[in-house]
Amino acid sequence: MSPSALRPATAPAGAAPDAAQPAALRERLASHIQRRGALAVLVLMVAIASATSDTFPTWSNISSILGNNAFVWLLALGMTFVILTGGIDLSVGSLYALGGVLGAYGAHAGGTWLAIVLPLAVGAVWGSVQGLLVSRAGMAPFIVTLAGLLGARGLLQALTDEGATTYLVPPGAAFRSLGEGTWTPVLIVAALFVLGALLLTRTRFGATVTALGGNESAATLMGLPVARTKVLVYVLSATLAAAAGALGSARLGSGVTTIGVGYELTAIASVVIGGTLLTGGSGSIGGTASGVLVLAVIHNLIDHYFSQYGSAFTDTVNGAFLAVVVLAQTLLSRTRQTD
Amino acid sequence: MTPTTWPGPDLLDRARLTRLLQAYGVYAALVALFVVAAVLDSSFLSAGNVRIQLFQVAPTLMVALGMALVIGTEGVDLSVGAVIALAASVVPLYVGYGAPLAILIALVFGAVSGALGGTMVAFARIQPIVATLSLMIGLRGVAELINGNSAKPVMDSGLLSLGSDGFAGVPLMAWIAGVCAVLTALLVRRTTFGRQLVAIGDNRQASKLAGLPVRRVLVTVYVLSGVLAAFAGAMIVGHGAEADPANQGLNMELNAITAVVVGGTPLTGGRVRVLGTVAGALFMQLITAVLTQHNVHTSYTQLVEAAIICCAVYASQERGTR
Repeated sequence: MSPSALRPATAPAGAAPDAAQPAALRERLASHIQRRGALAVLVLMVAIASATSDTFPTWSNISSILGNNAFVWLLALGMTFVILTGGIDLSVGSLYALGGVLGAYGAHAGGTWLAIVLPLAVGAVWGSVQGLLVSRAGMAPFIVTLAGLLGARGLLQALTDEGATTYLVPPGAAFRSLGEGTWTPVLIVAALFVLGALLLTRTRFGATVTALGGNESAATLMGLPVARTKVLVYVLSATLAAAAGALGSARLGSGVTTIGVGYELTAIASVVIGGTLLTGGSGSIGGTASGVLVLAVIHNLIDHYFSQYGSAFTDTVNGAFLAVVVLAQTLLSRTRQTD
Repeated sequence: MTPTTWPGPDLLDRARLTRLLQAYGVYAALVALFVVAAVLDSSFLSAGNVRIQLFQVAPTLMVALGMALVIGTEGVDLSVGAVIALAASVVPLYVGYGAPLAILIALVFGAVSGALGGTMVAFARIQPIVATLSLMIGLRGVAELINGNSAKPVMDSGLLSLGSDGFAGVPLMAWIAGVCAVLTALLVRRTTFGRQLVAIGDNRQASKLAGLPVRRVLVTVYVLSGVLAAFAGAMIVGHGAEADPANQGLNMELNAITAVVVGGTPLTGGRVRVLGTVAGALFMQLITAVLTQHNVHTSYTQLVEAAIICCAVYASQERGTR
């Protein structure tokens, strides 16, 4: 939670010159595992599952993995940017639900355009308030977005008369086609992930995000627009969460008020599994894509092999998996810093 | 926060006001809330209503005390809600041997999960928020695996009396929470352990260089948080007369963090306000109760809570040092 600026400076790489060669190799290896570990695990899991199970590699199973979950993965995309700056966004689960209700309301009241614009606008405003509180008032992201989690849920309850009113997307509305089938959701989400990756690696904004997560005071001293970038990161995350919710409502056909509880935790877990450091400054969108897929495949496999234990078993495995990944990452990044 | 009465205008400088607000704001707000609630509705101060509020605040307060210690070390413990679920799943298994043993075993489970989180934080140096997040996800799963999916009724007389009996007109649960608060305050103020805890929260690196047993203290703090949460779990089971690991303790981590933060303990560590935490827990409980009693919808209650958290954190920030 503490900004990385408060961390004591790590001792300068004090490796003796003769030990530098193997150290560099080890460092490179560790960095590789950290960046591509999730992808390797994903490939391994898919290979083993395809070889040992008849049902896993079928199209109906794969399309259920992809189509049913794809929109939720957008939360992890936005979360990656926030975590790269060293922050965290706990409000995305509530905003996902809020976006769903707003999307359904928009489709019901004004058609497809309102259904798309309304959630995006509310998400952007919500995110900018959170971002301003974090960057200008200097409040801890954890607490600001925790309040955001409560507040967005409250707003959602107020909009739906305490969950009594459910807004339906009119059958046959053009908005519905955004969420139908397998390919439409997957293509939308894949396109946004590609855009996100380009934004992070090819633009000035992306470079600033990484720089400010690495060392905020250095970024400030270099004259980078730290405050503005921080606000934008929270705007991005909240807008994506609301948009994901709206697309989810297009798939489900209504704004479900009880949805989204705990989604922020899954998003954080996906980002961390994908190799992005929670301290900020290092990570990738590709890693997050691998992270969300790893969790989705685990979920699917458990449903197949251990269905008698139900979702409780999935939670247990997810928690243990996250602990192992974080442990491995900590060890790897320690090797990289040679401390 | 409602403003406190300011000292004379000559003393009116910002830093001083901020410090006063940090130290006493929550008490002033609590008193103001009491007065407003009593004026609006005279039955607010009735013995029956006070008892209900005390029953509801006691488990939250227990958890918040542990959370205050963890936050004092610049950490956070997201696993407390899951530990409550774990305790709720263990209690029915052993309640046949008597309530004391069942509670004791629940406390052991709480201690073990706290030790797990503490080890990840202290030895592996994983950030507290992620270490306890993995426990939060995993432990509720374990609890549901132990208990199965449905809620189980608990009819043991010992547990039921823990959950609903009173002593001198005050619920037993509130007495226990009060004793725990006093013990926690003594622990923080009067013991070496308390000093070390605060020092580590202030500056872990310096504490380590000064030769403090940083790892041991950190693990102990998380163990204490786990034990307190497990005890709260036993209370909740006794009060509700059922064990429901799928639902009990949900959002408890948020309520506990809120109580601690509203009580004036900074999230940056290095300071633990135990009495403030008690006041914070009472304040959040009462404001929810008051709003509900006056037919304000839960949606607006949540918005109000969110606003209070923001105000409290903003007020508790140390200025000038940035």
